[in-house]
Order: sequence, then structure tokens, then C-alpha cells
Amino acid sequence: MSRRDRIERALTIAFEPSHLEVVNESHMHAVPKNAETHFKVVVVAEAFVGKGAVARHQLVYGALREELAAGLHAVAITSRDPAEWSARPEANVSPPCAS
Amino acid sequence: MDVQAHLASLIAQHKVLLFMKGSKSFPQCGFSSRVVDLLKREGIPFETVNVLADPAIRQGIKELSNWPTIPQLYVGGKFLGGCDIVTEMAASGDLAKELAPFKPA
Repeated sequence: MSRRDRIERALTIAFEPSHLEVVNESHMHAVPKNAETHFKVVVVAEAFVGKGAVARHQLVYGALREELAAGLHAVAITSRDPAEWSARPEANVSPPCAS
Repeated sequence: MDVQAHLASLIAQHKVLLFMKGSKSFPQCGFSSRVVDLLKREGIPFETVNVLADPAIRQGIKELSNWPTIPQLYVGGKFLGGCDIVTEMAASGDLAKELAPFKPA
């Protein structure tokens, strides 16, 4: 199973998201071809209702703890509750690599 | 001094402090680079710590913030977030509000 699929599975189990995107953005960074190091995730879930941004991202990082320990290097996170997402369904845009 | 005490003292000492990869003039990561640009755009003086220069700092700040990635922005002793959060706060105007108390007159 690819890391993309493992991330998708871990986030699905943790959040039962109403909307989920997992995109491998490793090609945007100075890493070997076909690397699985940099990902973008968009998670829309009830679990985020009433939580601040730091707490939300900590929940996402927590769900991805095993992948982070195994070589996942960067996760660009868009975390919204369902009401926020229906009001403005836009994901954050990841920056280009600096090197 | 152990790493956590050192980090606590840095965070207490510098009101706007960015833990990043590389330096203000030569960021070595796109995420760090973006936060540097956003802080410059806000016109706020800030200090940086290059985590690539010290593995103990790099690991220690991840533990302190319970945050596994770099960059990490501290304002007024409080952890504000990483690149995604700072970007969202800049867009919403919340970053300017957080920084306002630390702007030179």
C-alpha cells in the first residue's frame, strides 16, 4: 500500500471525514523521484467543531504519528468543520520548495 | 542548561520568534520561506532559530510544541502554529492582531 493510501486510511479511521483529499506533493520538493515525503491533506470533519487551528492540526498529526515516524516529512493541512467547508470549500495552497 | 530550558528562555526573550530551516536571508525550505515572507510583510521585527544547525533544538522544539514539523512561530511566548496556520491567519487578519502588541511604535 502506498503512503498516500495509508494516510487516507489513517485519516478515515480517525475522523470519518465528510470530505478528504490526500495528495502526494513530494515532486514539488528536492527529494528523489517517486518519493513519499511531502503530502497535502484536506480533512473536513465534525471532530474539528469548536477547536482552534493548533488543536486541529495536532489531531491530524496524531493520526499520522506512525507515518511521521517512518519518513513522512511534511504535511500541509487544511482542517475545516463541515459548516466552514460548505461556506468556503477551498484548500490551502502549499508553497514551492525553497531550494 | 538543558534543551527545554534553553528553548523556554529563547521564547521568553524574543517576542516574535520563528524556528525555521535556514535563515531569514537563506531559508532552506519552502514552508519556512513563506512564513519569513509573511512576517516581513507584516513589518514586524523577528528573530529566527535555524533548527538545521542543532539536532537537539530541532527535536526539542517538536516536543515542546507537540508539533512534528518545522517551521514553528512563537509570538509573545505562545505557539501560534506552522506554515498553514500562519498563512491562514495572515489572510484573515488574525496574524496582524497577534503581532500588534509587539510592533515598535
